[in-house]
Amino acid sequence: MIDNNHVIPQTKIRVENFNLFYGKFQALDKITIDIPSNQITAIIGPSGCGKSTFIRSFNRMNELIPSVRTEGKIILDSKDIFEIDPVELRKQVGMVFQRPNPFPKTIFENIAFGPRAHGIRDHRILEEIVEKSLRQAALWDEVKDTLNKSGLALSGGQQQRLCIARALAVEPEVILMDEPASALDPIATLKIEELIEQLKEKYTIVIVTHNMQQAARASDFTLFFNMAESRAGYLVESGKTTDIFTNPKNELTEQYISGRFG
Amino acid sequence: MIKDISLARKQTRVIDPAKNLHQRQLKQRIAFALIWLAGIIAITALLFIVGYMVSNGFKVINLEFLTTRPAGGVSGKGGISTTIVTTIYLVLLTITIAAPLGIGTAVFMVEYTTEYAGKKNLVGYLINLIRTSVEILAGVPSIIFGLFGFAVFVSYMKLKFSLLSAGLSGACLVLPLIIRTTEEALLTVPKSYREGSLALGTTKWQMIFGVVLPSALPGIITGIVLSVGRVIAETAVFWVTLGGSYRLPKNLLSSGRTMALHVYMLASETTAFDKALGTSAILIVIIILLNLAINISSKQFSKKFSGK
Repeated sequence: MIDNNHVIPQTKIRVENFNLFYGKFQALDKITIDIPSNQITAIIGPSGCGKSTFIRSFNRMNELIPSVRTEGKIILDSKDIFEIDPVELRKQVGMVFQRPNPFPKTIFENIAFGPRAHGIRDHRILEEIVEKSLRQAALWDEVKDTLNKSGLALSGGQQQRLCIARALAVEPEVILMDEPASALDPIATLKIEELIEQLKEKYTIVIVTHNMQQAARASDFTLFFNMAESRAGYLVESGKTTDIFTNPKNELTEQYISGRFG
Repeated sequence: MIKDISLARKQTRVIDPAKNLHQRQLKQRIAFALIWLAGIIAITALLFIVGYMVSNGFKVINLEFLTTRPAGGVSGKGGISTTIVTTIYLVLLTITIAAPLGIGTAVFMVEYTTEYAGKKNLVGYLINLIRTSVEILAGVPSIIFGLFGFAVFVSYMKLKFSLLSAGLSGACLVLPLIIRTTEEALLTVPKSYREGSLALGTTKWQMIFGVVLPSALPGIITGIVLSVGRVIAETAVFWVTLGGSYRLPKNLLSSGRTMALHVYMLASETTAFDKALGTSAILIVIIILLNLAINISSKQFSKKFSGK
């Protein structure tokens, strides 16, 4: 679906005819899209159009809600994610949430928790992972002397970078971000955006955002979702971010990015 | 509707705002005065009880009282050393039995049954049944636990009047308390912690053990300390399961006498009322210290978690 004039990036996640239901209510309608590898893909759209539901499908977090049912395929590399154990899948597909949610543990323990859960016991290795993850999340210099302080003592923006570091510590391939900056002030937001830009070298990033400038600034590809009374959340248009924002093909997209609804 | 609103507007215009305000403030003053009075009466009564116990009780308390064992007989001679030790034994035994069971049940109910809750199938009914029974058990008079313990542990299982019978019965008594406090503590752990953990690829058990239980720990500890208080204060259950021997229990199958039980026996079977008061005073002090311990530990925890 994504048209590329120059380089064709590898596909990391392929979504085919994906439907999702909460009980009888359909939330996502026949989504088909390829998510490119090592790029930042932004998902924009009005409230309630299923953006969050969509990315929570990639790590099967929706299954925590008992009434959820899905149809169709989501293929990570070459495997259908619904055939991978969710615990294994979530190690490969990490997630950062809308509100920073550090655990009520020390900064060190917040980050060591994931690797430890995956079987790393050696304290020296854990120390290395903690430092590396914090450096990657551009937080090391601010917290290196206070690793034994509670993660909850950090500022909101620091907490969110701590959560990013925590996700990085289990070495995922994909990082899902559900409006990661919506609870932060503009300066903290900018820091997160810079960070995301650096992370795409190593990771495939899918980010849901409510903020169109953010999508325009910080992403390579954009998916525009919408919903209607008669239709569940569906994909209206997708493409390179520059194309979507300068030359949208669909009238709805144009209306949305110019701020006429949503 | 519109009619009503215009009517209401007319009425408010008729009322003199200054007089209205005065009346409302008067009402508030009277209500406050009554509430204050109720509070003062209640606190005075409580302080009087504690003060009476402690001031009269402390007259008989000395090192000898604490370190000699009761002599038995109608005169109530001797101290309370063995009853202190028995109380400690019984508290440890009861909590050892009840805490894992209670915490396990609460974890099961909160973490593993949400997907079944409210559903009309066997598991759904079972969970409803557990929840209802816990609530009923929490309100059952303690002597009923005593009679149950007597019938099942003392007679049927032939454990006799013993620490073990009493510990098992005591565990039944505090189980609902531990389940409910743990359940409440688990329910206050934010969903975002659970999601955060699962999103890292931890198993559900790793999430529960690594994130949920540590976050709920202050609440769980509060429940356990309350249970300790309950065991220390209980007489009815142990009256019919522990026997009343004033000797030091040698093993799990020995009979014994807790401090509360000793107070009851001194007051009802001997002439040593002053010693009953003395033992009571020590009980009260222990309960006060326990409550202080809860306060301090929960403050410490919240300090640690908030990082301030």
